Amino acid sequence: MKGVTTGLNAWLLQRLTAVYLLLFMVAMPVTLFVLDIDSYAEWKNVMAVPVMAMTWVLFFACMIGHAWVGIRDVIIDYVHAFRMRLVILALLAFWLISLLIWVMQVLLLGSGGIA
Amino acid sequence: MLDKRRPVFLNLLQIRMPATAMASILHRFSGVLLFFALPGFIYLLQLSLNSERGFDSIAGLFDSLVIRVLVIGLLWSLIHHFFAGIRFLLLDVEAGISKTTARATARLVTFGSLLITIVIVGVCL
Repeated sequence: MKGVTTGLNAWLLQRLTAVYLLLFMVAMPVTLFVLDIDSYAEWKNVMAVPVMAMTWVLFFACMIGHAWVGIRDVIIDYVHAFRMRLVILALLAFWLISLLIWVMQVLLLGSGGIA
Repeated sequence: MLDKRRPVFLNLLQIRMPATAMASILHRFSGVLLFFALPGFIYLLQLSLNSERGFDSIAGLFDSLVIRVLVIGLLWSLIHHFFAGIRFLLLDVEAGISKTTARATARLVTFGSLLITIVIVGVCL
């Protein structure tokens, strides 16, 4: 796994996603507060606006990338057996990709299988 | 692979940590908590978007004490991770890297985040 997932690139990915996550965490609560949503219909309509949906899609994309680097760092610090480390990193990647697919379904298709 | 002779000591319970180390380990700890909360958050988003019944049921979740404690813990995690993260980004661009400033901002982040969490919880309860 070379590229944006290792070394200096991972460090950079963590920082760039952090900046987006920070901006989102300030802008989104303020936006939702100003819009003063108090019903399901309003909430659904707001989230259907393309700019809004894309802002959320990008938020989760950044979140998953950010979590990859962060949790990867923890695993590298505490799991030293090479094969075990590889297995856990693979499970982490699988888990995060699954979450990303799930949330994309929720945001873009208005469904997510269950519920 | 790693040089096996390198001394490695990562037992967090036995290391006496200065304020900067405390802010750092809490940043990691809160990040791990947020990682575990991710599916819960996505589930809530799905619940809120999929049906009116789901949307209305979210408020009811907060009746449960377990959920409340979880939410308070995650709120602290998010707030600490947020401010400690800003601090680290500033350190990256070499802002506030002198020992005294770094220690002061570490304390500010650690105690400030706790205080903000308590205030938010107090206002909401």
